[in-house]
Amino acid sequence: MAANPMTQFEVYRIGPEIKIGTFDISFTNASLFMVISSLAILVVFNLGSKKNSLLPDKLQLLAELSYSFVSKMISDTAGTKAKPYFSFIFSLFMFVLFCNMFGMIPYTFTVTSHIIVTFVLAGFIFIGVTIIGFLKHGFGYLKLFVPSGVPLVLLPLIVVIEIISYLSRPVSLSVRLFANMMAGHTMMKVFGGFVVSLGIVGGWLPLSFSVALTGLEILVAFLQAYVFAILTCIYLNDALNLHH
Amino acid sequence: MIKKIFFQFIFFNFLFVKEVFAAESGGMPQLNPEFWISQIFWLTLTFGIMYIVLSKLILPKISANLELRKSQIQENIEAAEKQRESSESKLKEYEEIILKSKLKAKNIFKDAREKALKDINSKKEILDKQIDEEINNAEKEIETLRKSAPKKINKIAIETSTELLKKLIGAEVNNSSISAIVDDLAKREREKYYGS
Repeated sequence: MAANPMTQFEVYRIGPEIKIGTFDISFTNASLFMVISSLAILVVFNLGSKKNSLLPDKLQLLAELSYSFVSKMISDTAGTKAKPYFSFIFSLFMFVLFCNMFGMIPYTFTVTSHIIVTFVLAGFIFIGVTIIGFLKHGFGYLKLFVPSGVPLVLLPLIVVIEIISYLSRPVSLSVRLFANMMAGHTMMKVFGGFVVSLGIVGGWLPLSFSVALTGLEILVAFLQAYVFAILTCIYLNDALNLHH
Repeated sequence: MIKKIFFQFIFFNFLFVKEVFAAESGGMPQLNPEFWISQIFWLTLTFGIMYIVLSKLILPKISANLELRKSQIQENIEAAEKQRESSESKLKEYEEIILKSKLKAKNIFKDAREKALKDINSKKEILDKQIDEEINNAEKEIETLRKSAPKKINKIAIETSTELLKKLIGAEVNNSSISAIVDDLAKREREKYYGS
């Protein structure tokens, strides 16, 4: 008699139904946690940048370490040309990280466990990167699909594969994050259900699993945010520094 | 207390879950497109506002803070470097002064020693001369005394022998004969003592 572990992903309306034309844009629990995450990011980084002491306090240190962490990540993977996109990648990393982390609190909603959210983010990145690529290199950007040093016989096949892999980028990027978050939370829910159904006698084993999984999920929450950001950097690198 | 809350929590959770379970029909809620538009709208709105505020207000401030701290630390390091250099040069000057004064002291010591040695030598020479003179004088005196001594001894011998003879014989003896005998004896004796 385990509860359905998928109920935690249900979106429900909070407050009245809001419609623009035929589109339903009601405020939901997902919207609530998006607002909470964004506000938390703004509050943390605003407090962390308010005063500049030579010896930073905890929040300032947090803000500055995050800043230099993301800055280093971008310059390592995409070089100095990616500097104008720093704010976007920083926001992206922080948004995904905070959404993931807020999802780890019991009875909260995980925004990033919804394919539509991650797909919108990934799709935006994909379109943006493609536009940047074409703006920087013109039609030379298509050289991305023609790797150098490939025998002429294999070239048509390789080009087709490259195009497919390029087009599947937003899918892989969004599904990776969504599936990781969903699987982790589902698993935790399943083990939680075992704790309840086995009761005080046999519930300790799944409970300990649940505790271990919580630790793992916190790691995954950070790691997936990092992977999301670093893949964005890599795609950006392809668009900025064409080296095929 | 915490334990109690924990078990109550599990118990109520169980009731709640059962209720929800009854209403659930299954499947992935993620694939239900009912709220997709709403999610896209709110994601764009929240992420957009957050991105704008972060990029326009907060990140430049953090960047400026970092730059300021970097430059401040750099300045401090430079100032420390300057002070270290100045202290090093001062140390060098100080060492030079010490070296110079040591050399000076050495020279002074050398001069003083030479002077003292000269003084001692000159004084020694003077003293030597004086000592030589005095030794010469003493030697001369001794010589004169030695030279005059036999005559005096002879005289004393003659006088005593005349006195002795007078007392023994009770007669005057010729002085000249006695002196001749004494001289003769004295000559022999002197040969014995001084080896002529």
